Order: sequence, then C-alpha cells, then structure tokens
Amino acid sequence: MFIFNGLKTFSKGGIHPEENKLTTDKPIEKLPVPASVSIPISQHIGAPAVPIVERGEQVKTGQIIAKTGSFVSANIHASVSGKIAKISEEMDSSGYRRTSIMIRADKEEQWAEGVDTSDTLIQEIPFNREEILQKILGGGIVGMGGATFPSHIKLNIPKGKKADVLIINGVECEPYLTSDHRLMLEKTEELIVGIRILMIALNVEKAIIGIENNKKDAIDKVSSIIRDDKTIHVVALKVQYPQGGEKQLIKALIDREVPSGKLPIDVGTVVHNVGTTFAVYEAVLKNKPLIERIVTVTGKQVKNPGNFLVRIGSPVSQLIEAAGGLPDNTGKVVSGGPMMGKALNDLEIPITKGTSGILILDEKEAHRKESKVCIRCTKCVQVCPMGLEPFYLQNQTMRANYEEIESNRILDCIECGSCSYICPSNRELLDYIRLGKATVMNLIRERQKV
Amino acid sequence: MNPTIITTIVSLSALGAVAAIILYLIAKKFHVETDPKIEEVEEVLPATNCGGCGYPGCRAFAEALVASEDISDMHCPVGGNDVMKKVGEILGTEVEEKDPYVAVVKCSGSFEHRKKTNIYEGASNCRIASLLYGGDTGCAYGCVGLGDCVEACDFDAMYMDDNTGLPVVVEDKCVACNACVVACPKDIMELWPKGRKNRRIYVACMNEEKGGIAKKYCSVACTGCEKCVAECRYDAITVNNSLAVIDPEKCKLCRKCVDVCKSDAIHEINFPPARDRIPVDRPDKKLARTKQEEKVREEVVLDNVKKEEIISVNTEKNTNTEQNEKSE
Repeated sequence: MFIFNGLKTFSKGGIHPEENKLTTDKPIEKLPVPASVSIPISQHIGAPAVPIVERGEQVKTGQIIAKTGSFVSANIHASVSGKIAKISEEMDSSGYRRTSIMIRADKEEQWAEGVDTSDTLIQEIPFNREEILQKILGGGIVGMGGATFPSHIKLNIPKGKKADVLIINGVECEPYLTSDHRLMLEKTEELIVGIRILMIALNVEKAIIGIENNKKDAIDKVSSIIRDDKTIHVVALKVQYPQGGEKQLIKALIDREVPSGKLPIDVGTVVHNVGTTFAVYEAVLKNKPLIERIVTVTGKQVKNPGNFLVRIGSPVSQLIEAAGGLPDNTGKVVSGGPMMGKALNDLEIPITKGTSGILILDEKEAHRKESKVCIRCTKCVQVCPMGLEPFYLQNQTMRANYEEIESNRILDCIECGSCSYICPSNRELLDYIRLGKATVMNLIRERQKV
Repeated sequence: MNPTIITTIVSLSALGAVAAIILYLIAKKFHVETDPKIEEVEEVLPATNCGGCGYPGCRAFAEALVASEDISDMHCPVGGNDVMKKVGEILGTEVEEKDPYVAVVKCSGSFEHRKKTNIYEGASNCRIASLLYGGDTGCAYGCVGLGDCVEACDFDAMYMDDNTGLPVVVEDKCVACNACVVACPKDIMELWPKGRKNRRIYVACMNEEKGGIAKKYCSVACTGCEKCVAECRYDAITVNNSLAVIDPEKCKLCRKCVDVCKSDAIHEINFPPARDRIPVDRPDKKLARTKQEEKVREEVVLDNVKKEEIISVNTEKNTNTEQNEKSE
C-alpha cells in the first residue's frame, strides 16, 4: 500500500481526498489595508494576551497592543496604523464573542520604529540563540499551519532533551489550500534563511523540508537554492492526507514514532511550518512582527480564487470581495481547508494568525448527509493515522463511558477527520470524538486539581 | 423400572445434596453481615435509580442513609417528603419536610423571538454544537434546541416544543432529579422551588451580554436594565453581568417585576391572568408609547380572561351534561 513509487509517507492509515488545488498558479496578491481591523486577543493556543492599549490611543503598524498573558501565550501587534476604536467582545472564528481590539486605520501607513518594510533579502544572521528566541517571542510568532502554538515555546527545549534535526513542514496536505505552496515558490530565499535561523535557535546541524509530490515546482525551486548546502535537505513525499500532521510527518521523514502523550522533542526533533519559518525570518531579521499572512480564498464557485496577503484582523468579507464576491448558491464559508476547517457563522469574523484559507462551498457540497447505523466495515480504523478505533470511541462517548475512551487513547486523536470522510454510513465520528476529547480533558483537569 | 434410571436419579440427587451442603457451608463461612434496615429502606425508595439524590442508584442511597447518623441533608427528590418520612420511621429519626423542586427552562428565545442566523447540520447533540460555536442564533447563551435535556430525562417529563424550539417541562411528571441540569451545556435548566400553590417567578434568560447586543439577537433577552431591581420590595433580584437573577428564597411572588420587565424576560408560572393589574410607572418621555402598549396589553389580558371564562363555562356545561347523563 505504501511507497510503491519510492516516495516516503507515514505508515498508519491515511486517505487521498480530491486535491482541488485551484489556486496553485495564482501569485500572492497583496490586498489594500482595510478601513478597520478587529484583532482578537486570543489567536493562539494558551492564555489570551492582555491588552496594553486604551480606547482612543494612536498606534503604529507593528506596535505591540497586547502582551503575553502567561508562559503559553503570544504577543499581539497592531496590523494597521490608526486609532483604537474600541476594545469589545466580537465574534471570532471560535464561534463565540471574545475580546477584540478594533483599530480604525488612518490613511498614512505609519510603521513602528525599527521595522524594515523593504523586500531586500538579508542573508546574514548576526544573532545568537537567546536573541533569536527573544525576537520570536517579541514578534508574536505562532504556528501558522493551523494549530497556532506559540513558536518560542517550541524552540525553548526543556532541560535534559535534545533535538538533532529540524523538520520544516511544507506538506500542505489539505485539499484546496495553496498558501504554503505559493510561499515556497515566491519567498524561497527568505524561507531558507528562516530555516537557518531556526537551526541556530535549536542548535541542530540538520534540517529536512518535507514537501508533497504534487508541488513539484516548489520542490525544484527549493532544491535549486540549497544545492550547495549540505545541512538542509528536501524530501518529496507521497501525496497522502494527513501528512501535514506533526507526528505523521516525523514518521514519514525520519521514521521515528512519537509515543502517545509525548511531544516531537521526545524523539529529538521539532517541526515548524513554512509559514511560521517565513514569519520567523521577518521577525528576526526585519523586526517585522506577525501582522499579515497569506490566505487562500478558494472554492469551485468562486469567480476569482487566489492567494492573498492580508493584514491580521481584516474581515473575511474583504477577502471574499477580493476573490470576486460571494457566489449566489453559497452553502458554507469555511475557515481553513475542507478536512479540518471550521464553518464560519459570520462574514465579519476577522482573519487570525491561524487562518490558512477561506473555502466557499456551494449548497450541495456543504450539505451533510444523514447519519446511518454503523455497518462494522472498519474503514475508519483502517484510515486512522493514529491507530485508533473511531467507531468505538464514538460509541463509548455516546454512552458517557469516559474512562474507557481515555484508556483507548482518545486524546491522541489529531482531529484530521479521515474517519468521518471515509465512513460509508456518514457517521458523525469526529463530532463525537471531539466531545469525548473535551470531556476527558476536563476530567483530567479536575483530577489534577484534586 | 429400568435400573439405569434409578441409578441416574440417585446419583444426581446425591450430587445435588453434596453441592447444597458445600454451598451452605460456604455461605455460612463467608457470610457478610448487612444491616437489615438497608433492605427495608431500599424497599421504600422508588427504585428509579435516577441519581437525583447524588448517589449511584437507590441501593447506594439506602446504604448511605443507614450508614449516616444525620440524614437531614439527604433527600430523595422522586419520592419526596412521603418517602423520606417512611425512611425516617425505619431509621427512627425525624425527617424535616423539604420544599419540592421542579426544573425550569431559563431561556425564552423561541423561533419567533430569536431569529436563526445560520443552519446547523452537525450531530444532533447540544454539547457537540456548543463545542463548535455559539449556536445557530446570535445568542451564545440561549438554548441550542437539540434536546440533550429531553434525552437525559428518565421520567418523560420533558419534550421539545416544535413551535418554539425550546424544551418544556411537564410539571406533574418532573421529579427534580437534576439530570437535565447536568445535561445542558448552557446551564439553562435549573431546579426551582415549586412554590406556594405551584406558583413561581424566574428570569427566563441567561444572556450576560450588554443590553443592546443581547436585544439585537433576541427580543426577549434580559438587558440588565435593573428596573425589576428597583421595583422589588424584597431585595430578591440582583443584576450581575447585565443579567437579572431572582432569589427564590426571598421572592414573595408579588409579580411587580413581571409587569415592569419590558423584555418579558421574567416568567410567571401558574398565576391566574391579571385582572386588575395596576399600571406601572414608567419614565415620562416614553409615556405616550407605553400608554398605548398598556392599552393593547390590557385588551389582550381581557381577551384572555374572556376566553378563559368561556372555556370554563363550557367545561362546566360539559360536566353538567355528563352528570345529567349519568344520573339519567
């Protein structure tokens, strides 16, 4: 089943959904600065940032407006220059109203001091490990593949552990999305410098970039630049979902298996997304914090799908407008890809650090088929990349048998949705597994309190 | 008779006798001394195993009752005071009478008052839906409407009203076992004292957002205007986070707050329609409008009264005729 064509991939499960990469050839288009942005203070995993600005205050682009709330947290920066219009509860992609800082943009784009906004490539890295980590923390860099885990924590290796290889995730296994692909094509040199920065931060001698084989041009481009570099390698991977999952990618590239409940650092590696790597380059060498990102706006009915460089906090509606407006028969607007993305319930929801794509599905595509009884075909077990039994986890969650699902490693689930995708009975497997996960996590938290 | 049959009968009987003796001896040897009162108490309990008492099933509750010296905090919500009295008799202790409780739905955002902003097609489970997002209306505090509470109810005391999209508690069947309260991810269900003559007043809203936002998405949301607080003579109402909460201990069921609430967020249950309700003082600038409203309201109330009278007259007639028929 695996490695027939000599390409590496992970060993357990996996699926191959229709790729639908409609925007592969669309260059990154820089969108104009929006009239106002609404920046949620919680765009990352961990504690929300704490606002340090007040209403009516004048801020510059790139100025810090909310500081880390605790150890696991990230700074938030103003993505436009202007006045703080209000700090209020606004709907964000979580589907709930949460504290957001709204900035009304002025016409003159004033950047914070020390930010290099030019496109000139800087190759030299005059910083040591501590300085790099400080700059990454200061720049509010989080994992841009979707998990939005604060990057400085990933790079801050705990005592007694050591990384020997850095893995760069250029897989982009989600159908439709092409933001990482375009980044690898258009910002290749910067990306490589970013990798070197991360290598210094981690003190490793080797880095591997994993790219799926459906992005041959990106593989060629990256390989051509690092031809003379013996420390950075590019590996083409077989197209298989969910290869972009951290644990799957580690298995595919260096054949190490992260044990249940452990982190990649426990097997001597750290994984960073290409988007994060580019943001690290900008934060460290250009002093430019994470205030914009590339977002793919796509969908079969969309008039002008493309890859857009937008400011964090811009409303989704601005992006849809740029892509030719909302099609008439729209059924669902998804933030992220079709597999792991989440439907939005409002078009004014802001783009955050973790928004890799906006996918517009028509009514037929968006419709969820009726769930029928389980026919015990075990397809969900076969495709689960974590070796779990989704049908059993769902069943036991329905019966509130939480001890059983905990011992069946429900917390290992990466929520890739392969089980729900493959199920011939359209069972709501992932829905219930998410519920089970949340409940088990609450139970564990309560247990720890006691 | 065939000797085979005889030997079979004899040997099997002998085997049975030996086994019986062994079992008897083992039972004697490993006999566990249990308080006979446990059996007695369990007999009295309703055997619904609902867990409303806080113990896993009636047997566990019986054991706990017998084991503990002071049972004043323990209560069987299903059996109520009658059962607890019997338990007290068995255990030889006095049991205080407790006010009966009933579940109330603290959301009044029906389809009519709370418009849907999107369509939810996922798993039909309130907790899954609320993990995903705030709900298919603009109100993230209100009822999700997928019926987790109805599913949790073992007593058939709840159903979803298809016209409003909200759960309804059947008062006579509800035993206040707490199952729906635990099941609801939005904490809409609450156990409320049944009250004098089964009457009760509570704020049927959980929305903690500021008045304007709350009102934007639901016309019957509590805005936290504190009018009810000012009106209440018994200090029974407090407003926290733009949400009024009535303390049932202090509430004297005077209904003043119901009148003053512009959002109709305060619900009164089992009260007769107000015939001679005194018009409530309102700020002068809105007097003109409110007078009109008052008029309309009074008309509606009058209408209701008339209807009820008509209905009651009809039922009286019916019963009369029935009785007549019977007597004939």
